[in-house]
Amino acid sequence: MEKCKQIATQIRVDSVKMTNAAHSGHVGSMLSMAEIIAVLYEKILRVDPKNPDMPERDRFILSKGHAAAGVYSALAQKGFIPEEWLSRYYCDDGKLMGHISHKVPGVEFSTGSLGHGLPVAVGMAIAARYAKSDRRVFCLTSDGDMNEGSTWEAIMFAAQEHLDNLVLILDYNKIQALGFSKDIEDLTPLAERMQNFGWAVREVNGHSVEELYDALSAVPFEKGKPSFVIAHTVKCKGIDYLENTVESHYRFVPDEKLDEVISKLKGE
Amino acid sequence: MRAVFNKTLLEIAKKDPRIHMVLADIGFGEIEPFRDTFPDRYYNVGVAEQNMTGVACGIAMEGNIAITYSIANFPTLRCLEQIRNDVCYHNANVKIVIIGGGVSYGALGMSHHSTEDIAIMRALPNIVVEVPCDNYEAIAATHAMIEHDGPFYYRCGYKGEKDIHSGPIDFKIGKANTVREGNDVTLMFCGPIGAEVVKAADALAAEGIKCRIVSMHTIKPIDKEAIIDAAKNTGGIVTIEEHNIIGGLGAAVAEVIADEGLTPKCFKRLAFPDVNVAKIGGQAWIRDQYGLQAGGIADSVRAALKK
Repeated sequence: MEKCKQIATQIRVDSVKMTNAAHSGHVGSMLSMAEIIAVLYEKILRVDPKNPDMPERDRFILSKGHAAAGVYSALAQKGFIPEEWLSRYYCDDGKLMGHISHKVPGVEFSTGSLGHGLPVAVGMAIAARYAKSDRRVFCLTSDGDMNEGSTWEAIMFAAQEHLDNLVLILDYNKIQALGFSKDIEDLTPLAERMQNFGWAVREVNGHSVEELYDALSAVPFEKGKPSFVIAHTVKCKGIDYLENTVESHYRFVPDEKLDEVISKLKGE
Repeated sequence: MRAVFNKTLLEIAKKDPRIHMVLADIGFGEIEPFRDTFPDRYYNVGVAEQNMTGVACGIAMEGNIAITYSIANFPTLRCLEQIRNDVCYHNANVKIVIIGGGVSYGALGMSHHSTEDIAIMRALPNIVVEVPCDNYEAIAATHAMIEHDGPFYYRCGYKGEKDIHSGPIDFKIGKANTVREGNDVTLMFCGPIGAEVVKAADALAAEGIKCRIVSMHTIKPIDKEAIIDAAKNTGGIVTIEEHNIIGGLGAAVAEVIADEGLTPKCFKRLAFPDVNVAKIGGQAWIRDQYGLQAGGIADSVRAALKK
């Protein structure tokens, strides 16, 4: 599991550097999902960087597409894309745009507008079943993504179809674009809601690679039901002055703080 | 026309196991044969058009052909962003089929009129926009849609449309079909309103005006050659469509005329004005209110030729 922790740390470092260089937002969203992405790519997803279009690969859709830089970092670390690409994030004629793009090797599906990931994941899970394949479909959602009606349309239909090859993970940092989700669209009691919607649910500490691994390697939690992992996280985890703030959705780490923040992230 | 579409699709699907139907709880009396023949390729997601389109995209991205199907605006405008971001951006093999283009649903009212769809769909990259006019075109367009690899918008009629072509036709996406030759003026139409265009042309013929009648069944990609030829070699162009005046067939034809620097002797677009059609009545009556039945079309053609 040490490797997962290293990958998560590098996701944080890359995300901070990329958003700093680009003067772009969403670093809080990237840092809150770092362990989730690390465990997925290191331990869970059956994918091959040498053959990113391998037909029987597991599918992963980042429905919170604004956190793309965190996935780009993982793709670079796993060898799907050259590391040099990361330094040209957001740049004119670059390879990596601000929201996740299927033009990047290893990326299944482009998102950016919320509420698009899960319906497509449901369609891919149906197609896997039709093809009698044991490939799985993983989708990562967020507080804001869970506001969208289309997400709930797909939640209902996935249960109706008994898609136990589908896993939805919530990066539950409890903050969305204009405030704390409990003050905007309170998702609680979330586990009970999702169980009542026909999903099998587990809750984990989303910054514990061990807990994430235990849950994600145990899917499906229940035969005949889609699996939902509530990963409790802290927005912008690892940057103390931005942790658990709405501002971390918008601010990047400025040049004068960059070395200090990166040193802390690396535990130096 | 919807019955012909469903029958044709069923026959094709018997030979092509990639074809899936993804519905949003619409299709009573028409979709049951597909449902019963292919239960493992039939999904009703409930009244949830966004999910219908997203699910269809996911199914299509795995090497299948997914057909979304509903009435009027439901499978287009309600889920427009799913069509744009999911289907068109990923060039997914999704076929969006609407039943009841224009004001087919008449007195059901404005919510059930599809009168801006051509403009909106043709503004999206990667998608083909197809408007068959009769059963012969509907059959041919269904085959062409399945053979085409990529997003496709199919604006189907409703029921009881009159045939405009006299029999099976040569059909190619992006290639207009000439219904009748003539050089005094060209009447370019799309969809079942073509039956009224033919009647108007018959009336004009009795006055000695020989109309070329062209079914512009594909709005995107538009048949430039047919437009250029009509502009150069006939006495002008009148477009007729069951759609808002903005952005539909007439606009697409006008764009070609402008881009090519053409100067047809006359040019007129017949369509609904830029209004929400709120008049209460059947399809024929509503069309007539806006000069889109045979009599109104003939009057507009005469006026255009006099200018």
